Amino acid sequence: MNLNPQTPPHPSGDKRFKLLDVAIKRHQFRQDTLIEVLHTAQELFGYLDTDVLLYVGRALRVPPSRVYGVATFYNFFSMKPPGKHTCVVCMGTACYVKGAGPILDALQKEHGIKAGETTPDGSVSLVTARCLGACGLAPAVVFDGEVAGKIGVEATLERVAPWTRDANGEKEPAGMVAQP
Amino acid sequence: MSTEARRELQEKELLARAGKRCRVAACSAAGCLSNGGQAVREALAGTVKDEGAADAVEVIGTGCLGLCDAGPLVQVTGEDGATRLYEKVDAAKAVRIAAEDAVRGTPARDLLNQEDAAFFTKQRRIVLENSGRIDPERIESCVAEGAYEALQKAVTELTPLDVIQQITASGLRGRGGGGYPTGLKWSTVYKAKGARKLVICNADEGDPGAFMDRSVLEGDPHKVLEGMAIAAYAIGADQGYVYVRGEYPLAIQRLKTAIKQAEQHQFLGGRVFDTGFSFRVDIRIGAGAFVCGEETALIASIEGSRGTPRPRPPYPATAGLWGHPTLINNVETYANVPTIVRQGGQWYASIGTEKSKGTKVFALAGKIARTGLVEVPMGMSLREIIFDIGGGIPGGRKFKAAQTGGPSGGCIPAQHLDLPVDYESLAGVGSIMGSGGLIVMDESSCMVDVAKYFMEFCRDESCGKCIPCRAGTTQMWGLLDTITRGEATRQDLALLEQLCDLLRSTSLCGLGQTAPNPVVSTLRHFRDEYLAHIDERRCPAGVCAIAPRPSRGAAPVEARP
Repeated sequence: MNLNPQTPPHPSGDKRFKLLDVAIKRHQFRQDTLIEVLHTAQELFGYLDTDVLLYVGRALRVPPSRVYGVATFYNFFSMKPPGKHTCVVCMGTACYVKGAGPILDALQKEHGIKAGETTPDGSVSLVTARCLGACGLAPAVVFDGEVAGKIGVEATLERVAPWTRDANGEKEPAGMVAQP
Repeated sequence: MSTEARRELQEKELLARAGKRCRVAACSAAGCLSNGGQAVREALAGTVKDEGAADAVEVIGTGCLGLCDAGPLVQVTGEDGATRLYEKVDAAKAVRIAAEDAVRGTPARDLLNQEDAAFFTKQRRIVLENSGRIDPERIESCVAEGAYEALQKAVTELTPLDVIQQITASGLRGRGGGGYPTGLKWSTVYKAKGARKLVICNADEGDPGAFMDRSVLEGDPHKVLEGMAIAAYAIGADQGYVYVRGEYPLAIQRLKTAIKQAEQHQFLGGRVFDTGFSFRVDIRIGAGAFVCGEETALIASIEGSRGTPRPRPPYPATAGLWGHPTLINNVETYANVPTIVRQGGQWYASIGTEKSKGTKVFALAGKIARTGLVEVPMGMSLREIIFDIGGGIPGGRKFKAAQTGGPSGGCIPAQHLDLPVDYESLAGVGSIMGSGGLIVMDESSCMVDVAKYFMEFCRDESCGKCIPCRAGTTQMWGLLDTITRGEATRQDLALLEQLCDLLRSTSLCGLGQTAPNPVVSTLRHFRDEYLAHIDERRCPAGVCAIAPRPSRGAAPVEARP
């Protein structure tokens, strides 16, 4: 354990790196807190790019290979920028037997992307969840953090449609820009 | 905290409660909250305040009330102690419930549903006893119901061996799925040699369709912490970790609050109840890997590495986290401990069957009228759980199978509905008790498709360390996919069965060893469905899209050697 490492601050001066430093310090630079630190990093940046991973590795004195290994092992960590909106389809058993499959199929077909991908214009990310634990609401779909229960194919498509229209109307750049 | 201070805290809270005429509990578990529960709670509290009855009526948020399907739920406890449950409450109904039932004491009868009474009367609650009675975010409310009383008894009156003896006598078995005798596990760690010992609570509830542990952590986090502290005292540990799924933000938040409050009141920390016993608890948040439910993978994950399992022995009981002897139990197992210590092992052993003692929490889901969380004594028949408590299958459809144990379990067909639910009986019909997910399927579910669904899950979640699991799950999924497309032969089926054997006997950890279970059990009970797909190119349930066979003339000539 190194309580006083000489890690230089990130050259960009981005405030989020300072917040990350605080979290790393709170964990006392312990190498076994790598996963906790990556959680914080993803909260701050929205996703984990190579720059962030290297920075975390240096701060915790963990080789980049291990940081990359951990970041790619766990489903929670994403190395790609998320879309402007996120639609999570729960694929837990309860949702599956109540028709989550057709919902996902319809979304994939409608927007031309597979689960885990983002539309080319960066407006919608389609994600599947193992189980939200909201089995009483099956099938459940989460639209930007808001859970909608007992939902059908049509209703799901209707909720997502305006997101793509918005993005195409405003001509926003694709994805989130994390680096200045 | 001293023993007197705990009693004072308890009495003060009970006195404050006695001053209230009525209490209104709004379900604040994740299910009801994501269904508009927060607005309901605000409407209840707002109305009570507007009516000027804030002194006489207590409005609390509480843990899972069980009937998740009919949420948001509100439970009103009147002066006489009688409770009334309101279902599918919205803000408008909440205003009426608060004004009529809570403030004026006249139940809003037209909003009450009497039909669901059986859901509650047939249950027996030990783990969930406080759900609906306490506010999990206020430690005072939990102490009033007896939280940390058992810990006090353990550290001030019992020796570690006494505690282990009580747990052994209770016959408690691991509730995470394996069913290993808890007392035996504790005594192994107690006897293990090590400068330091550790306690881990496995809250990485990964089985899809299971939400028992989440509900327990959300509804009564202090019960789990108390169970861990008692375990730590018994085995001689000073540090504990709760490894909880990242998908459960509310459970994490409630747990963090609970740890902070317990430390403030010195139920956790140094010199617990003025004895030499010290115990601290930290939370580790999982990052979405099913394999981390396996104990050695979970340990690797707490150590900050990729969550891959390692061969056992050595078992964590002798060399676990950072090489120290480590006790790992599931959330529900720990939640049983305080009650056992308080009431005695013999009392607990009087509930249940010969080899499976106590109660089990099940998460009922799927094609069932009353989706929700239930706790029943071991040995109750599946029929009672599904039809009496769960209300049977909606829409007049026929029951086809109950799936227990998630991706490691199996499907139980209708002819075994009268089977008593305990570890041995379920294993006897090719399923497992598992952690408690119980998914009901009706005739509209295709069993081959279900087997394929679970195999896809295992394929995606295989960590890739050992080849039988990494390659085997992919091959098995491929074969199942061929069957559901109507393109398989009998030979493929034979190969599938061969692979089942191979994965079972050669995989490194439980994930691979149990991955064939859904296939094996559906083949055992629903072989005709597999054969219909293969021989007749027909899906009896009408789920699988099987393209009609191309006409003879147009069929491409297959090259044969």
